[in-house]
Amino acid sequence: MSATPAGTFREESGRLAGDLEHRRRIASAMGKYETARGPRQGAFLSWELGRQALADTKWEAVNRLDEHLERFEKEATARGTQVHWCRDAAEARDAIVGIIRRVGARRIVKSKVMTSEEIHLNSLLESLGFSVVESDLGEYIQQLKDEPPYHFVFPCMHLSREEISGLFHDKLGTAEEHDPEALTMIARRVLREKYVEADIGITGANFVVAETGMISITENEGNARLTAALPRVTLSLVGLEKVVPRLGDLALFLPMLATAGTGQPLTCYNTFYGGPRQPGEADGPEEWHVILLDNHRTELLADPEQRDALHCIRCGACLNVCPVFRAIGGLSYGTTYQGPVGSVITPHLRGLQDWKHLSGASSLCGACTDTCPVKIDLHHHLLHNRRNAARERGGVERWVWKAFSFVMRRPFLYRMGMRVARLMRPLHAALLEGGMLDPVRAWTMSRELPELAEETFRERWKRRG
Amino acid sequence: MRSRPLCGIDPVQRAANFPAMTVTLFVPCLMDAVYPAAAMGMVTLLERLGHRIDFPEELACCGQPPFNAGHWAEAREMARPVLKRLAGAEVVVIGSGSCGAMLKVFYRELFAGEPEEAMAAEVAGKVWEFSSFLVDRLGVTDVGARFARRVTFHDGCHGLRELRIKSAPRVLLGNVRDLELVEMSEAVETCCGFGGTFATKHAAVSTAMGEVKCAAAVASGAEVVVSNDASCLMHLRGLLVRQGVPLQTLHLAEVLVQS
Repeated sequence: MSATPAGTFREESGRLAGDLEHRRRIASAMGKYETARGPRQGAFLSWELGRQALADTKWEAVNRLDEHLERFEKEATARGTQVHWCRDAAEARDAIVGIIRRVGARRIVKSKVMTSEEIHLNSLLESLGFSVVESDLGEYIQQLKDEPPYHFVFPCMHLSREEISGLFHDKLGTAEEHDPEALTMIARRVLREKYVEADIGITGANFVVAETGMISITENEGNARLTAALPRVTLSLVGLEKVVPRLGDLALFLPMLATAGTGQPLTCYNTFYGGPRQPGEADGPEEWHVILLDNHRTELLADPEQRDALHCIRCGACLNVCPVFRAIGGLSYGTTYQGPVGSVITPHLRGLQDWKHLSGASSLCGACTDTCPVKIDLHHHLLHNRRNAARERGGVERWVWKAFSFVMRRPFLYRMGMRVARLMRPLHAALLEGGMLDPVRAWTMSRELPELAEETFRERWKRRG
Repeated sequence: MRSRPLCGIDPVQRAANFPAMTVTLFVPCLMDAVYPAAAMGMVTLLERLGHRIDFPEELACCGQPPFNAGHWAEAREMARPVLKRLAGAEVVVIGSGSCGAMLKVFYRELFAGEPEEAMAAEVAGKVWEFSSFLVDRLGVTDVGARFARRVTFHDGCHGLRELRIKSAPRVLLGNVRDLELVEMSEAVETCCGFGGTFATKHAAVSTAMGEVKCAAAVASGAEVVVSNDASCLMHLRGLLVRQGVPLQTLHLAEVLVQS
């Protein structure tokens, strides 16, 4: 039953929604995030104007995507970077494997690259016999655990330090250690070796700057710097919506990304990479490759209604505030991008009918839209996905709504329906409620049914004359 | 300083601020069947303010359920008679932020490119959620009510984020005599988890969300949770009663008619 994405989602989300320890852990982490973020956001002269400015810049970038990307290619190429345009996952995988084989690499170190999850790069490289190590601490932990990232900004936020300690003990043979700093030191000792041994470093990018041909990477651990600087070849895998027109745009993007994402004034390390080692320079990689990945992004671009989903800077704020995410966690989604933005874009990236259930799994509360620093109309796009899915394939549900509409538009049938409901209510309560045959069991399992008034408003109004 | 009337509404303020209107009351199915007292309360208050009530009995649903489920053709079919009937109204008042948002915000999207597009825009301008109508349209902040209980207010998401109503219900509650208004300190603007068919399609998730909200309401120390959205109240009550928590749920209009 759980072979389909929808079936798996139903099972996993239901299971985790009932897991009180999981809910407590996520609520506690998100509480800390809110406490940190509030004053940071308040420190902006106007957070709202900032959101509008980011949205405007992204609008400009996305609506002239071709021009900005070509400008980037021109500028980057001028400094020796090799730019590869890849239409889909297969092309990107081929391009990456091609580069790895050509330079004779065996060992690969990666910093955080969500796009690589999208194209299942690690499993491919491992199946071809390469050694791949994640260097972001959270990603490294998830890699050891053989589990995808739980949250695209906080990959292992669902694990306790005891669980991480146990994992290190099992996989690395280290002693049980519950101090976070000591745990970090264990990972650091292992990872430092990997940077030195690696032939290729693979990074992502937070922004791609058209004006200067640079790549901007934001991080808190310094691992991306080592990944980009130490191996002799660097490869950056980038979704093509990451482009911004000007370097100066980042003056606002970087602090707002940090504030929205983690509640920091700025992320610890913000680096602009201008390409491979230049003549006369002492260090830096010999080759730099940028893979510009489309993978259905241009299809989203072709949809004027939802094009703004390409504004996303992957800050994760919409996940952090989402009551659904807090209830079901990140792994239930079964997607590279979790939470509201994942529910919006996954149907575009991986097929509407297979992933429409994510757009359905929302109360449409809109907390995501209110928090989004680039003003993506997230919760309305969930509605749009539902509409597009139902238009393509209405199913039985369409007939249910047709019947509903038929009754509700006819006062006589509506009145009769109300009377029947009132008559049935005691019978339902006595015979069916909460049992396996209860037609509204989904409600009554955890909630009381509403009490129907003795007299409806319409009846009272009529009596009043 | 003029002394405030203890009960009822200051007739001087009434005459000065708002001439009598014909208020078309939209009473959706849930208010009709489960919260008729709230709808009756709205009638009482609006009449006391000198307005005439027009109640189109035939309008039982705005079409939001099929709209949210993605079945927009069926939603349009339901919305069309509503739109036509309300087009002739002077003002339309609704006691549920959710249905209010449907009429005020989503009809415009639902009818974009349809023959009724202009009508949808016109009706949107006449639609008011009840508390916002009193405070923002009529300028009434004190309806002369008395209710000696500790109360917390739950913002329905549609009222809060589609209609941007946050202060109006609080201003009204703040002026109810003997009422103590306490805010929740956690999950302040968090959804109650209802979300229409979501509540049954994803029952476990919806319940988990509701439990968070209920815990926040209990922690506030309130004796009553008040909301301007009937569907949120139904969900919160369903959870609270099942959990055996002695926290009452009331619609804002039910509180405002207490004396």
